Amino acid sequence: MKIHEYQGKELFREAGVPVLDGIVATTPDEAAAAYEKLGGKIAVVKAQIHAGGRGKGTIIDNPEQHGVVLAKSADEARAAAEGLLGKKLVTIQTGPAGQTVGKVFVEAGCDIARELYLGIVLDRAAAKPVLMVSTEGGMEIETVAEKTPELIHKEHFDPAVGLEAFQVRKLCKKLGISGAAAKAAAKFMPAMCRFYVDYDCELAEVNPLVITGDDQMVALDAKINFDNNALYRHPGYDELRDLAEEEESEVRASAAGLSYVKLEGNIGCLVNGAGLAMSTMDIIKYHGGQPANFLDVGGGANTEQVTEAFRILLSDPNVKGVLVNIFGGIARCTTIAGALIEASKTVGFDVPLVVRLEGTEVEEGRKMLAESDVDVITATDITDAAKKIVAATGV
Amino acid sequence: MSILIDAKTKVICQGITGSAGKFHTLGCRDYGTQMVGGVTPGKGGQDVEGIPVFDTVEEAVAETGADATMIFVPPPFTADAILEALDAGIKVIAAITEGVPVIDMVRVYEKIRASDAVLIGPNCPGLITPGQCKIGIMPGYIHNPGKVGVMSRSGTLTYEAVWQTSALGLGQSTCVGLGGDPIVGTSFIDLLKLYQADDQTEAILMIGEIGGSAEEEAAAFVKEHVTKPVAAFIAGRTAPPGKRMGHAGAIISGGKGTATEKVAALEAAGITVAPTPADMGQAVVDAMKG
Repeated sequence: MKIHEYQGKELFREAGVPVLDGIVATTPDEAAAAYEKLGGKIAVVKAQIHAGGRGKGTIIDNPEQHGVVLAKSADEARAAAEGLLGKKLVTIQTGPAGQTVGKVFVEAGCDIARELYLGIVLDRAAAKPVLMVSTEGGMEIETVAEKTPELIHKEHFDPAVGLEAFQVRKLCKKLGISGAAAKAAAKFMPAMCRFYVDYDCELAEVNPLVITGDDQMVALDAKINFDNNALYRHPGYDELRDLAEEEESEVRASAAGLSYVKLEGNIGCLVNGAGLAMSTMDIIKYHGGQPANFLDVGGGANTEQVTEAFRILLSDPNVKGVLVNIFGGIARCTTIAGALIEASKTVGFDVPLVVRLEGTEVEEGRKMLAESDVDVITATDITDAAKKIVAATGV
Repeated sequence: MSILIDAKTKVICQGITGSAGKFHTLGCRDYGTQMVGGVTPGKGGQDVEGIPVFDTVEEAVAETGADATMIFVPPPFTADAILEALDAGIKVIAAITEGVPVIDMVRVYEKIRASDAVLIGPNCPGLITPGQCKIGIMPGYIHNPGKVGVMSRSGTLTYEAVWQTSALGLGQSTCVGLGGDPIVGTSFIDLLKLYQADDQTEAILMIGEIGGSAEEEAAAFVKEHVTKPVAAFIAGRTAPPGKRMGHAGAIISGGKGTATEKVAALEAAGITVAPTPADMGQAVVDAMKG
C-alpha cells in the first residue's frame, strides 16, 4: 500500500524523523493561506500523487508546469496550485496517461547545503532489511545503481536491534559527513530504521535527504510503501489509503478477495493460482495474443467471486474474449463449472469464452458445461486453450 | 529414498480445529500420511475425528513422537507457531498460511537457519512424497511415485507440472512448494543439495517466477554442484514492472527480477528451460536425454 508524501511526513514527525513544516491544500486559496502561515518567505508547492519524478514531470498540455514549484509569494503559491490541482501530471513513473493531482503540499523552504539519498528496503537474498545511502541525492536511485553502484553504501540491520552506532559511523565516513552533521546522522539514520520496522514498511525512501546550512538532517521527501500483509496491525492506515490513486477495477477485485492486475491487452484471463495465472498470460502472448489482465481467483473460489471476476473482466472495454484456465486442486472443477454457469446467467457473455478445466472432478465439471446452455469453447490443455482464444479474438 | 519426508514421517497440524486445518488434516490422513495429532491452544484433550488435540507442540511431540508439522494458524500467529514447532524439536515445518508480515519472517528465518530444522513456506502448498506422505493442500491423486524432484514458488503451477510429469510416466520423488513470499524458509539451493544426494531423484524440475534472485542463485549452484539433469520454467514473462502478481514476492522492482534475466541465467547454466507452461514435462524429458 502506497501513501502520499504529506502523509508519510506526518508519520515521520510522529516517529521523531525531522521534517520541515508543511500544510496540505486542496484549493489554490488554501495553498496561498498555507504560504502565509508558513512564514511568508519561501515555500515549495508539491503535487501529491503516488509516483516519483514529480519535479521533472509536467502537466498534460502544459509543459511549463512542473509537479514541484518554488513560490516566493502567496500569489505564486496560488498560481502553482492552480496549475496543478485537478490536472494530470505525467512523470517517468505514471505512464503517458498521467495521474490527476488532488492535493498539493505547501512546505517551508530550507537552506540546502547537501542533498543525499536514503532508502530502506527488504534485501530478499539476505532476508534482512537494508539501509542504503548515497551521495547522489535527488537522482533516480535505479540510475545510480546502474551507472555508479560504488556510490551506494549499504548496511543490513536486525529489526529487533535497529541500526548500530558503528554502522552510522561507517556510512558517515563514506558519505564524507563529519562534525555536527554526523551527530545529526546518528539520530536520523537509526530513527529511519526504527520507522521502517515499527510502521511495517516495504519501502521507506527519503530522496533527497538534506543537510542544511546549519548541519541538520531533514527529510525533504517521503516515499513510503507499507507491507500489505501487516495492515491488520495498523488500523489507522485505512484512512491513509487514497482510492483515487488506484485502478478502479483493482480496488473492486480486492474487495471481492480476488487478485487482479489490469493490463493493456484484449484477452481476459480467469485462473486459479498466481503462478498459473502469470503463465496463462505468458502462453497467450507466446501464441500471438495480448492478455488484458492478471486474475487469480484463489484456491477456494466460490460462485460469488467467480461472478464478480467475470463482471470485472467484462467491464474492461478492451476485452474481446475470455480464457478460463482452472487446475482443480482443492477447488473442484465442478464448483468452478457451476460458478461459470451461474455467472453467465447473471453477467451475460457477449464475447467468446474458452474454458480449460483439469484436475479434481474434471469429467463431471466438463459434463456440466457441455449440458448447460453457456456458449463455451472447450480446450483440452493450456496450449489448445491459448490457441483457441487467440483465434477467437481474431488477433 | 525421497527427500525430507517419507512413510515413516509423523505429522501434526497446528491449527487443526480451524476449518482449513481440519479439512486438510483429514485429506492428508486419507492420502496415507501418519497424522498423529494436532495443536490448538486451549483445546487440548479434544479430538478431530480420532486425531488427538494438544495445547502445545511440546506436549504433542512428547505424546506422539511427531517430527513434522503443517501450520494453518492465521497470519498474526504464524511466526509464533513456527518458533513453537522449532522449540519443540520438529524437523520439518510446513507453513501453509498466506499473509504473514514480512518483518515477522526476518526474525523466524534467522532462527530456522541457525537450527537443523527445515521450514517450507510460508504461503505454500506444502510438500509430498508420492505414495508415502503428503503434508499440505495439493491434490494427492495427481502424483505418482517416480524420478523427478519438483520444486516451485507456485501452487497450481506445480500441480500442472506434476500432472505433466505423471502423464509422461516419469512420476515424482518429492515435490516441494517453497512459497510465494519474499522470505521463505527454504531456497531452491537447499533443495538442489537434497535432490542431488537422493538416489530416487533422477532429474529436477524447478519452477520459478518473477521477483528476487533465487533462480539466478540456483542457476549458479547447478552449474557448480549439480550433476543430475535440471529443467526449469519461469512464470511472468508478460508481467509489467512494479506490479505485484498475486504472490507477495512476485514483483519486478527497480528493473530487477524479470523473467528474461532469470531464463538467461538458467540457460547459461545449461538448464533446459520450458518456453511455455505446457512444456514443463517435456523439458524434463529433454534434459534427461542430455
